Amino acid sequence: MKILALFHTQDDGSLPKASLETLTSAVTLKEQTSGTLAVGIIGKGATGAANTVAGCGAESFLTVSSEAVAQARYATDTAAADALIKASGAELVLAPGTARFTRCLPGAAHRAGAQIDTHIVSVKADGGQVLTQRWFYRQRILGSFSRTARPWILLADVGVNAPWQGTEGVADAKEVAVSFDEVDMRTSVSGVRSPAIDAQTIKPDATVLFVAGAGWTKKQKDGQFHIADAGVLIQDFLQKAKASLGSSKSLVDLQSEGQETLSFMTHMNQVGQTGSTPRHAKGLSTCCHGEEPHAVGWRFINERRAINLDPNCGWAQGKADVVYVGDAFEIMTKINALLS
Amino acid sequence: MTDGFQIVVCGSLVPDPLQTLEPLTTPQGPGLKNEMMLPSVLDPWSAHALFEAANLTKQIAGSKVYLVSLGPKAKLQQLMMTVAQKVPFELVAVDGNASGFTDAHEAAAVLAEAVATIPELDKNRLLVFGGCASASRDAGVTMQLICERLDIRDFFTGVDEIKVQPDGSFEVLERIESGQYQASVCKGAPAVLAWATGNLPEPPNNPQVGMVNMRAVMPALMKAKPAKVGTGSIAYEKTEVPAQKRATRIVKDVSADEIAAEIVEWVKQ
Repeated sequence: MKILALFHTQDDGSLPKASLETLTSAVTLKEQTSGTLAVGIIGKGATGAANTVAGCGAESFLTVSSEAVAQARYATDTAAADALIKASGAELVLAPGTARFTRCLPGAAHRAGAQIDTHIVSVKADGGQVLTQRWFYRQRILGSFSRTARPWILLADVGVNAPWQGTEGVADAKEVAVSFDEVDMRTSVSGVRSPAIDAQTIKPDATVLFVAGAGWTKKQKDGQFHIADAGVLIQDFLQKAKASLGSSKSLVDLQSEGQETLSFMTHMNQVGQTGSTPRHAKGLSTCCHGEEPHAVGWRFINERRAINLDPNCGWAQGKADVVYVGDAFEIMTKINALLS
Repeated sequence: MTDGFQIVVCGSLVPDPLQTLEPLTTPQGPGLKNEMMLPSVLDPWSAHALFEAANLTKQIAGSKVYLVSLGPKAKLQQLMMTVAQKVPFELVAVDGNASGFTDAHEAAAVLAEAVATIPELDKNRLLVFGGCASASRDAGVTMQLICERLDIRDFFTGVDEIKVQPDGSFEVLERIESGQYQASVCKGAPAVLAWATGNLPEPPNNPQVGMVNMRAVMPALMKAKPAKVGTGSIAYEKTEVPAQKRATRIVKDVSADEIAAEIVEWVKQ
């Protein structure tokens, strides 16, 4: 079987960690199928990036590194990916589910006459068949399936495999020519907007995910709102525990409805329902009921604990390892003091 | 901009998030137990796309919103009872399978055809909106496939904001890794935008909007074309709800000091 491991570079010309994770999977699949492996790389510095994985056992390295693909733009990325898929003659394409590839690879699949599946959490070959797994219905149902269509593109979820480790070398990459027309250049990427360093609350590499629910903004036992205090407590914990911040949908929705809430939180922090499904080792939920729409985003959180006033909340119904029945304001104050 | 946008929102129904979902095998492939009886909502990301589309029509004179929705006709009718009260739109209904286990390629083909056959569609004014994924299939590929089938070259995903300039060009913010946004500028329509949650709240129900919408919704449902959407080239081996129920330890009648100490020890491990 001809396998293509398809990557893109980052702004500094290096390969993202997610690419190395996918390379692990591609190398394994090559062995399982007794197939061949090609590596394709899109972006600025693609030739140098190929050299960093030269020892992976690929028979060929292909690049598209023209100026047009120096920015993550759908039209040019799609054309470049299509060109690499066709040039490699691949039957199976493995790629990381980064934002850039999530955007363009479905379009490339259409142009290359391929079929595509995303959020792949497992891929293996068995008796000539390639079997994959992904979650459906927001991480509630696990599906195992294969496809007969070829080429078949698989976008792997980030954090599923260990990153490939091996020797650098001279990959002798071949540049694949792609012609882009004016219509491909109608969009220009003007930049990346990041929150200020001290306001960055989303940390995929943190060990702990702290999830705040709408209960922080409700009237407390003294009949008063303590939203400012809630903000201080949460931010203090994030800083001391170096934790990442998540939110329930209801909490971030309050903000867009014009109600006073936690100003450092946005829809980007949302976990579950229409939010993210992070993969932190530990998750601490506070003031959140743990109903199914909340919990669906916790599928990949290994150790789960919750603080809630209600001993019968959703977390207590088998969704968390430990539920602490108590006042989150009081408990978090004491936690922060101990972490100081 | 002189003539406004034609904004076509693609959005289907998904099970209400509070429902318990149990997979089963049908002659057509995997499905959900009692699927036709499960209460449905408009897919949440598509719903955000719809609200953003309506917001854009308020800003750009001459703009109009269409909602292209794929699903069993009877369930679409139920769905429209609530959705129709939110914002003004013209419904284009497609009678077919909206299961999360169907093939995105087949769904996209059907949706693209429904978009392309909207009367008096002007590609120079066309924006196609949808969700960046769905609460059913959650693949995040359907809108790109529609984009290709409509021969549109500008696509954005994980969109939270669009700002249109007087000359018709627009800036888009797309979610990327680590809580950041990629900002891009596009010269103008046509374009396809797959939305994340955007920045707008869900509009309250408006009975007047509902009445106006429903006058056209019922005829649209009556003339909904049947479409075959199946599992395509997918061969399912199994679908399962993994047993992930944890033996939850409930800690109560314990001081806040003791709880805090236990949590800190756990965090530091």
